[in-house]
Amino acid sequence: MKIAVCIKQVPTRDWQPRLNESKTWIREQDASYEMNEPDAYALEESLRLKEKHGGEVVVCSAGPARVAQVIREGLARGADRAIHVEDDGLASADAFVVAAALAAAMKDEAFDLILTGLQSDDQGFAQTGVILAERLGLPHATIIMEVAVAGSALRVKRELEGGWFQWIAMPLPAVLTIQSGINQLRYATLKGIMAAKKKEIRKAPSPSASAARQKIVSLYLPEKTKKTQLIAGSPAEAAKELVKKLRDEARVIQ
Amino acid sequence: MILVIAEQRSGKLNRASWETIAGAQQLAAGEPIVVMLPGGSAQTAAAELAAADVTEVVTLDHPSLEPYTPDGYTAVLRAAIDALAPSVVLLPHTYQTRDFAPKLAARMDRAIVTDVTGVKRGGAHGPEAAFVRPMFQGKLTADVVPQGPTPHFVTFQIGAFRVDQAVRGSSPAPVRALSIAVDAALVRQKPETPFQEAKQAVDLSQAERIVSVGRGIKEQSNIPLAQQLADALHAELAASRPICDSGWLPMERQVGSSGQTVAPKLYLALGISGAIQHLVGMKGSNTIVAINKDADAPIFEVADYGIVGDLFEVVPALIAALKQ
Repeated sequence: MKIAVCIKQVPTRDWQPRLNESKTWIREQDASYEMNEPDAYALEESLRLKEKHGGEVVVCSAGPARVAQVIREGLARGADRAIHVEDDGLASADAFVVAAALAAAMKDEAFDLILTGLQSDDQGFAQTGVILAERLGLPHATIIMEVAVAGSALRVKRELEGGWFQWIAMPLPAVLTIQSGINQLRYATLKGIMAAKKKEIRKAPSPSASAARQKIVSLYLPEKTKKTQLIAGSPAEAAKELVKKLRDEARVIQ
Repeated sequence: MILVIAEQRSGKLNRASWETIAGAQQLAAGEPIVVMLPGGSAQTAAAELAAADVTEVVTLDHPSLEPYTPDGYTAVLRAAIDALAPSVVLLPHTYQTRDFAPKLAARMDRAIVTDVTGVKRGGAHGPEAAFVRPMFQGKLTADVVPQGPTPHFVTFQIGAFRVDQAVRGSSPAPVRALSIAVDAALVRQKPETPFQEAKQAVDLSQAERIVSVGRGIKEQSNIPLAQQLADALHAELAASRPICDSGWLPMERQVGSSGQTVAPKLYLALGISGAIQHLVGMKGSNTIVAINKDADAPIFEVADYGIVGDLFEVVPALIAALKQ
């Protein structure tokens, strides 16, 4: 089975946001980056499917040169080769533009299955996988918690809200967006890191035709919806004060 | 015209549909609002929606809409939207919307802005409406203007608008069935009956007090510390998604969009940053306490009381203080 996994490079979780001068985007040069977490689960699921059914796993990523970091990580964890749509503008692009870039680079590969995370930890559109499916003319399912492949048939467990699930069958090829927690992640071994250096990364050009479908006119720190009482002092003092407030002011404990 | 796409399952209206109507009324500024309800057995739900102060309610029945599939919804809704020609299409940001709306927008090649929490008119950017949405796990907020030809699609985050904000009409809005001539769609997904994994032993929605742990707890071996605090507060223990993903607490104790929605008297968040998927599950709580080492964590935006500090120092001190 020929499996593609689309991964995105996003700022790390402990990154403190800093804005560019026009306050419409982040200062990319200040951020440290990592693999988008839901995409890491999609990668792991791809590797498990390959171990079970054979074939290859191809990492696909759209972004500036720095994206090579997460591509290498994917290869080190066990992917066979990679496609990198390289363009500086893709880091801040909307899902239409990213999906168009990925679709152009992936369409001739004839993948049997394409996986990606359900959304990214940066812009959080939760759209790219679905739009990619539409651009490639493939069926899709979102928020997947289990993947079963039998021949050319696919059966997946989709998460619904509030603890409900649903199995959905569909033909291959297909696109799935993977929910975090579908599996336990593996880490790259030293052997894997060494092997990754020899693996192919194909650079694909970014198509210039697709127009942005949304524009960030202002980016800012969130406005507080509540007036938070911050309690200062040593841990013991703060704890005592908090208990007092919960008892006497909020009256939520005895 | 603003088109709201309501959501129902087996004739039962999803409450988030009302939130979307409230959002539509806020956006409208005199523009007519039409509410469309796709799917069969819609009469009762349509009558319910007609109580809203809207121009009309339109039901849309078609064999390709039942059961729900993204292929069926995309084909039929596309035809319906073409027929109604709205300028904006608003939807609640449910899992079902997330499944089909990007496909529908891509098929029509129209903008879609997701997970929106608010609407701004006439800002410095110009006369168009800007849509407010969280980015970077809630660390930043963006005002976004959709680009390109209309209709623009916008999905409203659950809880962004309140059901009681939706204005009711003085008399019921007219209800009509929209008949759409569209061939049975090529539906490739075959959905089976929805089910629940296991009977939920813990009903967090009934808990009066909840202590909830996030990534800041660091290791599974630290969970008992949180349990001790929960015991001292007579609270249930809950967690954000990553903790349940790691298997440190069972999935049934997860709070957030994929877990349970809770509104206890006291919600004490330990080492939870406050990603939007978590906030939607708990922001209705009466009193929210956040303990986090990162003063900029989004959880503090919804907290009534906050302690910026190391939870491994603060929690033992809290347990001691509660025993006094």
